[in-house]
This record gives sequence, C-alpha cells and structure tokens, in this order.
Amino acid sequence: MSAAVYGVLETSLRERRELGVKSLVVYLTGGLPGWMDMVRAAADAGADAIEIGIPFSDPVMDGPVIQEASDRALAAGATPPGILADVATLDAGVPLAIMTYYNLVYRFGLERFARTASEAGISGVILPDLPLEESGEWCVAADAAGIETVMLAAPTAPAERLPRVCSRARGFVYGVGLLGITGERDSLASSALDIARRLKAVTDVPVLVGVGVSTPAQAVEACAVADGVIVGSAVVRRAIEVGTAESVGSLVAEFRAALDAKC
Amino acid sequence: MGELQSATVSRGTPAAPVMGNPVNGRFGDFGGQFVPETLVPACQELEVAFTEAWADPAFRAELDHLLREYAGRPSPLTECARLSGELGCRVWLKREDLNHTGSHKINNVLGQALLARRMGKTRLVAETGAGQHGVASATAAALLGMECVVYMGEVDMARQELNVFRMRLLGAEVRPASSGSRTLKDAVNEAMRDWVATVESSHYCLGSVMGPHPYPWMVREFHRVIGEECAEQFRTNVGGSPDYVVACVGGGSNAIGIFSGFAEASTRLIGVEPAGGAAVGRGVPGIVHGMRSYLMQDEFGQVEEAHSISAGLDYPGVGPEHAHLSDIGRAEYHPVSDAEVIEAFKLLSRTEGIIPALESAHAIAWVSRERKRLAGSTVVVNLSGRGDKDVAQMMDILGPELQGGTPSSGQGGGS
Ligand SMILES: Cc1ncc(COP(=O)(O)O)c(C=O)c1O
Repeated sequence: MSAAVYGVLETSLRERRELGVKSLVVYLTGGLPGWMDMVRAAADAGADAIEIGIPFSDPVMDGPVIQEASDRALAAGATPPGILADVATLDAGVPLAIMTYYNLVYRFGLERFARTASEAGISGVILPDLPLEESGEWCVAADAAGIETVMLAAPTAPAERLPRVCSRARGFVYGVGLLGITGERDSLASSALDIARRLKAVTDVPVLVGVGVSTPAQAVEACAVADGVIVGSAVVRRAIEVGTAESVGSLVAEFRAALDAKC
Repeated sequence: MGELQSATVSRGTPAAPVMGNPVNGRFGDFGGQFVPETLVPACQELEVAFTEAWADPAFRAELDHLLREYAGRPSPLTECARLSGELGCRVWLKREDLNHTGSHKINNVLGQALLARRMGKTRLVAETGAGQHGVASATAAALLGMECVVYMGEVDMARQELNVFRMRLLGAEVRPASSGSRTLKDAVNEAMRDWVATVESSHYCLGSVMGPHPYPWMVREFHRVIGEECAEQFRTNVGGSPDYVVACVGGGSNAIGIFSGFAEASTRLIGVEPAGGAAVGRGVPGIVHGMRSYLMQDEFGQVEEAHSISAGLDYPGVGPEHAHLSDIGRAEYHPVSDAEVIEAFKLLSRTEGIIPALESAHAIAWVSRERKRLAGSTVVVNLSGRGDKDVAQMMDILGPELQGGTPSSGQGGGS
C-alpha cells in the first residue's frame, strides 16, 4: 500500500471498520428540490458518508430512477458550479463525495474541478465512466488537491485486474454488485458477495458494495463480507416520489438500524 | 502509392501515417476507452479478438465471401452525366445504396456479426438512428442465427416506421429509447446500458466509427472496402484519383470508409454534417459514449440535442478519427441545412433516377451548393444509402408540391 496517510473519507471508513461497524454510504442527486436538507437528514439518520450526484445529460451507468432524478435536477437548473457552491455551505458532519460523469469534470477543467471541490469540503470523487486506464490525468489533479478518487471494481474483472484497481483506489473501493446499471432489484445478486470476497482478498482499502443494494435486508446480506454498502436508487426514489427530507431520513434510519442490529 | 501526401500539417512530432492504426486506442488526441469498469474487459477482449480475426485469412475469406455473395459487393461507381451537366463538375457516385439492406451499414455489421460468433456471443445489441444499422444488424443476426435487440429513439421510430417494421420482420426486437432527445444519442445510451448487463452473452454491434476503442478502428477497417474498391474503380475507369471525395458524417462510418481509400492521395476529403448536428463544426472536445471527440455541449458539458431532418445524422458527437483528421487538416467538414438537403434529394432523384437516403443527400447538397468552386473538378460522392426509407417522411414534406393531380395513396400522403 502506497497511501500511508489516508484522506478524510478513507480515515473515517477505516475507523468504522476498526470499531466493528458496517459503513452506510448514501447517494443523493444534487440539485433536486430540497436536496440539501435531504443530505442533512441522511447524515442525521446515520449515513457514514454521502455521495452527491452532479446530474449529467447522458448517465449511461444509471437506471430509470437516477435518470429521472437527473432530468428533474437539470430541469430545475442544476449545474456543476452551482452544486459545488451549495456544498460549500452544507455542514453535514460526515465526509462527502461527488459522483458524476467525466465530461462535466473535463469541461470544468480537471485541476479547477479538483480544487473547487476540495475547497467546498468534498473529500472524494467517483467517476463511473473513467476506468483505470483513462484515469491518469484526473488522478494527478485529484491527488494534488487532496481529493480521494474512489475506483469501481466490477464482477467482469479478471483476477489480475483487481489489485491494480485497488492500488489506485482512495477513500474506498466501490464493488459493483451486479452486471448492470443502478436500480433496485428484488434480491441481492450473488455477484455482490463474490466481488466483495474477491476485493477483500486483495486489498486493505475499505470495500463497499453498491448497485442493486435496495433494502436493509440486502444491505445486511452484502455486509456479511463487505465493509459497507452504497444505497442509491432506493433513497433517490424516496427523494423524487415523496420528496421530503423526513422520508429520506427515515429510510436511511432503517438501513442504519438493520446494519447495526445484524452485522 | 507514389502520389504525394498532401495537406498533413506537421507539428514537430514524427509523421504518423495518415489514417494509420490508433496508438494507445487514440487517433491523435481523440478516442480512448471511457467506459464503465464493467465493460473494460469486454473492450479489451474485443480488441484482441478483432486483431486476431483481421489477421486470419480464413476470417477475411469468409467475410469477403459474404460481402460478395450476400451483400452484392463490389458496389458500382456510377458516373452521373445529367447531374454533372447540371452542376458543371464531373460527379460519380459510389453506390453503397445498392448493397443488400440498402446502405453501407451492412459492411460493418457482417464483420462484427462474424466476429461476435467467433467470440462465442449469441446475442447482438445495436443502436440505430435511421434504422439502417438496425436493419443491417437484424439481417446479419437472421443470417447467422443470433438473437438481436435494437434500441431506437422514439422520435426515430415514428419517422422511420418502415425500418422498424423491417427489423421486426427480420426477427429482431426493437426497443424504444424514451429518454432525452429520444433520438440516436439516447439509443446509444440504452444500448450501452443493455451491454453493461448482458456483456457475457452479448456483443454490442456499434453502428459507426464511434464509441470506445477498438470500435472506431474496427468499424473503419470493416468499411475500408468502400474506399479500396472506389480508388481502384476510379483508377481503372477514369485514371488517377478524384479531386474531391465527399461523404455525409453522422458518426462518420461511410465517410471514413471511403476516405481510407484516398488517405495518401492528393484528393481533398470533405465530410458533410447537418447544420443542426455539426459536431466538428460547432463542437468542442468532450467525452461521451466511450470516446473523447468533438461534441456539441453546453458550457457545463451537458450534451446538446442535435436537430436534423435525417435520423441517421441526428447525433451531437462524431467519430474520433474525424476529429483528428480535422485537426491535422487532412479532411474538411462543412454543414448543410435541412432545406439544402431536401433540394438535393429532389435533384438526384430527378436528374439520375436515384432516390438517395436523406443522409447521403447531405453530400449531394454540399456539391450542389459549392458547384462554382468545384467547376471542372472530378468529384466522387459516397451514396451511403437509398431513400426508400425516407419516402414516407418526404411525402409529408413534399406532398403538396408533388401531388398535383395524382390521387393520394392513403396514409402518410400530404399533411
Ligand atoms: C444511409 C446512411 N448514411 C449515413 C448514415 C450515417 O452514419 P455514418 O456517419 O456512420 O456513415 C446512416 C445512418 O443511419 C445511414 O443510414
């Protein structure tokens, strides 16, 4: 391991793990009406970190729920600088990460994006369409600004690839739980436990599983192996269907309670 | 060989061959493999499989056989006496419209379908704009006994109804893309989402020289036959090389295919974009659909919706090799308006008895507009497809003008 000093996000997730607590990371689409209150509510309800999505016109890794949220946020006027400016005023009390697509970062300017995010209090960045081989330029800018770049690891990766992905991961490794895009599923795919197991075997960076973790019971199941989970579509569906911070908070609290009781 | 390499601007780096193979998955600064992690191994496997297949004489022989005996190649190079007379330059058409399924798309699809089968894949996923690539994919799937799912924007399904029916008749499933602009860009998104979920059994049969590496390169190689045939036909029938080669550009596959036969010649290469989808003309570098290329986008990097009368060119991006050819000055890209395209559609129909696809009519439109500049020159236009698919749409547009006295044939006539 090259990273001797961990960033805010990774330090916090490692601390959880040492305490024997499973990590709960919640994804919310930035720019939805009332989203900042939702972020606060999720943090208050026990999320260990929050991913804030900056909506993109063409989100190829996202299913219908997050697509819909992205469209609504864009229609409401969400922009990358606008969301980063809002984040700067947001005191959620937990580490924050940005999740977005690479073109928005590229257009903003890699260094400027990393610096602006860092100044806004962002710890990590997740770019689902920027795989290891293309990540060099961005990682230079991110490292320089102290931004932790979370790498994704997918079930399709051959064995030799996973250690390379993990050695470039900061914050946590995002184990993609299934073959597919974001969205809720009736049951946890067996690939979720497989990828968690394969990652745990090659890295000491916290291993979180996301994509297709839709219910508290599924979160518990994934955490039999993983250090934590990322919950996206289930929370975003609350955010767009009910639309209140309370409804988001109460769902996050259910996940928190299940993880604390059963893991 | 022997002709001088024109127009390449050297910028102090050692001269790479014009239209050579990509280096590190890139043509100059453009290209790459900006895909979700799930797809990286699939793209890498595809690169290896294509490289092996392309070097395998048995694969090449099987593809050549299909291109000849099934698709009807070689396609003729037709000299257009009446059009030439009207425009004041000598015009030839490379007749990709005469291929089986009615466009150049079949060249690429037969190659990819054979490759997919060789890789053990049983299902083809495709996106389509005008429906020509979808029809070609459905055709190849039927021929090789594969399953086929085609994503098509809802707007395009309405304006290219005939092709939707053809795809279904050929046994493919057509799934509407109902997000965003509901055109080609959104069909690509849906196809990529499908592929992320089905990558173990499916091959993404991408329809143009775009997307992540190795697609821009592989699709070019499968369309290289257009340019090679054309250069040979011109040399034999006319002598030398034409002054201009002109092709429409959506993603850019028919253009790359014909350009590749003239890369080393002094021929000027002209790509014609729709004014409402001019990625090279109006775009700035960006990253979408797995590639870095010119892209129409707003100040924040949100992809803009293209607007073109032709579904096959209604795309805000462009293949990375075109971005590179534009940057090094080897090819020029110019926009034409929908109105100019409609005139060109009529012009070719009337003067030569050839109804062009609306896409291909873009290339004719540029030649027609630039007739003064082209006076006395030799010009080859890639007629990438035939216009049957566009007739219903054109009936709505031209109906009142052309219907004088003729009884309307029912639905779709005159609106
Ligand atoms: C006849 C025809 N020409 C051209 C195109 C545009 O594709 P490309 O730019 O890849 O040649 C299409 C796409 O549907 C088409 O059907």
